[in-house]
Amino acid sequence: MNICVCVKQIPDPTVAPSLDPTTNNLVRAGKLVLDDSDTFGVEMALQLVDAAGGGEVTLVSMAPNDEVSGIRTGLAMGAAKGILVSDPELAGSDALSTAKVLAAAIRTTEFDLVITATESTDGYTGTTPVQIAELLGLPSVSFAKKVEIVDGTLKVERQTEAGFDEVTSPLPALVTVTAGVVEPRYPSFKGIMSAKSKPVTTLKVADLGLSGQVGGANSGQQVVSVRKAEARQAGTIIEDGDDAIVQLVGYLEQLKVI
Amino acid sequence: MSLGKIWVLAEFAEAKPTTATLELLSAASTFADRVEAFAWGEGVADYSGVLGDYGVSKLYDIGSLAGSLPGPKVAAAMAEAISKDSAPDAIFFATSYDGRDAAARLSARLSVGVITNVVNLVAEGNELNAEHAIFGGEMILTSKFTASAPRIFVIRAKSFAPEAKDTASCEVVPASVSDLGSTDGAKIVSSHVEERSGPKLDEAPVVVSGGRGLGQPDRYQLVEELASLLAGAPGASRAIVDAGWVPYSYQVGQTGKTVKPNLYIAVGISGATQHMVGMKGSKNIVAINKDKEAPIFQVCDFGIVGDASKIVPKLIEAIKAR
Repeated sequence: MNICVCVKQIPDPTVAPSLDPTTNNLVRAGKLVLDDSDTFGVEMALQLVDAAGGGEVTLVSMAPNDEVSGIRTGLAMGAAKGILVSDPELAGSDALSTAKVLAAAIRTTEFDLVITATESTDGYTGTTPVQIAELLGLPSVSFAKKVEIVDGTLKVERQTEAGFDEVTSPLPALVTVTAGVVEPRYPSFKGIMSAKSKPVTTLKVADLGLSGQVGGANSGQQVVSVRKAEARQAGTIIEDGDDAIVQLVGYLEQLKVI
Repeated sequence: MSLGKIWVLAEFAEAKPTTATLELLSAASTFADRVEAFAWGEGVADYSGVLGDYGVSKLYDIGSLAGSLPGPKVAAAMAEAISKDSAPDAIFFATSYDGRDAAARLSARLSVGVITNVVNLVAEGNELNAEHAIFGGEMILTSKFTASAPRIFVIRAKSFAPEAKDTASCEVVPASVSDLGSTDGAKIVSSHVEERSGPKLDEAPVVVSGGRGLGQPDRYQLVEELASLLAGAPGASRAIVDAGWVPYSYQVGQTGKTVKPNLYIAVGISGATQHMVGMKGSKNIVAINKDKEAPIFQVCDFGIVGDASKIVPKLIEAIKAR
């Protein structure tokens, strides 16, 4: 069982994000980290490979400036190798460009299953995974809250508005996992040390045969403007004390909810 | 009326169009002269009347899909209709589990981009400018397509008001698609309904959401009890969904549901940008959090700085004693 996991390396979410004033693209120049949303997919892949009794997990990522720190985090968790696509031509890529690049990168390796998060934490477009599936001609099951492989068939509990559906799919397939699907392991010290020597292949757009087809110049959409949203009026903030509940109850009464 | 034709993917639940579908149809009617819908499911043709009430003049019936996940066949049906006739100016999908799948499949099939998380659309000549909330709703980014039609928009719930129009007659045309091979391999074996008492999270007039500040998983019961006392629905921050305290379906925020209740109570939620984008549009916001610097206090109308696990039981008691 070989599994590709798409991982995004994003600006540190604890640091306030900013936009490039000229391009209005998200500034991604600083240190990048593995998107927390992707740790669930990496963990899921490691468990499925374990359960299958063999195979390996490959991390596939697209990032500027040959960034690999997030990939190393996934390798430290136990993935075997990484494929990074990094190219200045990719600046300002939209979701479809990103999907074309990741699909082409996935094609360079052997896989039975592709796992991704439902969406990234920073851009949260949420369409890239299924765009990848369509480009690779794969069936897809999005919003998985439980994933198993039984006798070579993918079995998923897929979130729905009302509850969940049990869905099956032949392999190869693509599945997007929701947060909480498994508990991601913390990399061990040994894992962190061995991650440093695991192979990461770096590819350019030309290596994937996608020159002139991807990146901001080919995204077919542009930012018109950015403005501050209407701020909410600051309200009443009180410290907890004898009177706090009385005041809160009074507020709820005024809203007629009680 | 600046555009000629808009398509909407109509979704149904419990034998009627979802609220999000009605919102999209209403929006489409304000931007285009002609609105057409695509729908799947057993007997959806029977709903042409209600779609007509919302301005739909043609319904493409994709068929029951017989257990397939709808994404691939919906995209194929739309792509086929485009190749037979012409592309509409825009196609609207709801930010739903199936809507996103279908939009993504169609985008890749046609090799045209998609703009998602749309919270408002503004017509400018023959173009639609899409607004999208970034940085937790602090900023609004407006973008538009520069490539040719169709423009694919995935629109978040509650971005437009659902308003019926004068009843129009809605023609039904079959739009079933042939075998798609491997891409259509995912099949629904069975469906399970998770019983939740009280109103739905995204429709409830009151939402009480819990976060990490509750301290431990069993204290989420306090959130449920308070929600039920206020005839509301319980929700959750991403942090406690990630931690496995409650299912994903409870999540309010960017990766989750958008709610705009009359009253939103954030219990032990700091107000990460992730969360704010899903609840900032609430009419009234109450926050209970022990960190007085928490960003949630910048958007709340009434806040108490203190330990949520102590304050909520007192509040429940006070409400019960009334």
